[in-house]
Amino acid sequence: MFMQQMVNGFSLGSMYALIAIGYTMVYGVLRLINFAHGDIMMVGGFLGYFGIAVLDLPFGAAVLLAIVGSALLGMASDRVAYRPLRSAPKISLLITAIGVSFFLENAFNVFFGGVPKAFPVPAYLENVIDFMGLTMPVSAILVPIITAFLLAIILWVLYKTKYGMAIRALAFDVGTVNLMGIDANRIITLVFGMGSALAAVGGIFWAVNYPSVEPMMGVLVGLKAFAAAVVGGIGSVGGAVLGGLIIGFTEVVVIAFFPELGGYKDAFAFIFLILILLFKPTGILGIDFEKSRF
Amino acid sequence: MISVKNLHVYYGLIEAVKGINFEVKEGEIVSLIGSNGAGKSSTLKALLNSVKKIGDINFLGYDTRNHKTHTLVQHGLSLVPEGRKIFINLTVEENLRMGAFNNDENYEHLRDTMYELFPRIKDKRHQLAGTMSGGEQQMLAISRALMGEPKLLMLDEPSLGLAPKIVGEVFEIIMRLRDEGITILLVEQNAFAALKISDKAYVLENGKIVMNGVAKDMIGDDTIRKKYLGG
Repeated sequence: MFMQQMVNGFSLGSMYALIAIGYTMVYGVLRLINFAHGDIMMVGGFLGYFGIAVLDLPFGAAVLLAIVGSALLGMASDRVAYRPLRSAPKISLLITAIGVSFFLENAFNVFFGGVPKAFPVPAYLENVIDFMGLTMPVSAILVPIITAFLLAIILWVLYKTKYGMAIRALAFDVGTVNLMGIDANRIITLVFGMGSALAAVGGIFWAVNYPSVEPMMGVLVGLKAFAAAVVGGIGSVGGAVLGGLIIGFTEVVVIAFFPELGGYKDAFAFIFLILILLFKPTGILGIDFEKSRF
Repeated sequence: MISVKNLHVYYGLIEAVKGINFEVKEGEIVSLIGSNGAGKSSTLKALLNSVKKIGDINFLGYDTRNHKTHTLVQHGLSLVPEGRKIFINLTVEENLRMGAFNNDENYEHLRDTMYELFPRIKDKRHQLAGTMSGGEQQMLAISRALMGEPKLLMLDEPSLGLAPKIVGEVFEIIMRLRDEGITILLVEQNAFAALKISDKAYVLENGKIVMNGVAKDMIGDDTIRKKYLGG
């Protein structure tokens, strides 16, 4: 029972982590809380649904469609909505992000309706298997494995490629990045693409888990993943993963061992958020951007 | 190499540079000297189109008007900014890699050249750049700019905040770079050190050029002595 819940917590935490990475990376380069990020995750879920249910694609191809489509949407949102505001006050950027969020939610509501659509989960993901004495669906085991794999790719890009170095450099000083002959705007767009691709995978996980998609599905998940990013330390990729896992585990443990508190499960992410803001505003692994800037 | 005609720089309603003309020829070291707030840094930023300006700037025969900062850098116009602005959260070697972002083929060769030129940087290559001393950071900032193989290297106050001995080292390096064929535009408050190594110099005051000439002659000039060289 305990081990089983640990696996469930790991699985849920991984989903939050995947989405939280996008929040934290965009914050790192733009100091923007991208409120539309949860909705990008929703679009990822929808694209997966269209791929399978409408285009009749195999599951893997539908996931690829979701990843590529969401990455392009994320980059387009930067190009159209955020790039013209690079030198505007940060609050304008924040309000614009809320606008992008409302736009995506309502556009999907208008075109596809607010009724949840059943997500066609392939049978092999729902198979229940015995894994080290635990019985659980294949998907619950795959989610953490895929998350770990994607995390490894992200860290490799950030620490081993010149693009990743530019992303980290950008977190400290935009003007000087341009002096290296680098188009900082292109690097920022790349960050949106990477974060959105991860959010799409999170969206697919979510859709497989529930198993449905609807236009508002990104709102609460997005807010919780945002809380996870802040708890872990906004700006830090490792922190986003840690924050996601903490919040995922807490929810699972509360439901499993204190069922009478189950109705409050969504509150725990925000309790963590309030506590961290009170006692360690930079988060567990966070960087104090104000102090580290010169 | 670069010629500047009737350059004005604005910050909102404030005019920081008020119509200056100057020229840097290939192989020269040219200094812009003047006190704090005279418009020296603004001039360098204007050459890279990173501040609002009007005026004609011709770099290597091209009008720079419609180019972004990063494109101008790619074409060989490089700036070592005031305060060095190294990426303190990257390692020393990663800083050099950033300088050679568009120069993948030559990166390793250039990096090794920099390590020969600045042995102290080599010893610390895997450390975070922020852990280095001010002098070492200035060496790193210069070598990072050199990684892009600039044709014109602009240095904004390279002596700022450095111990006198280190200032000497930095200026020796600047002379060596000139000898290796890099044209240099130097902005300095430390007028004496700048004039000693320069071919030509322009004196800026309140956004205007008030004097210019051969650097060696200016060291002997009475007005310059009184105003900028402490008697």
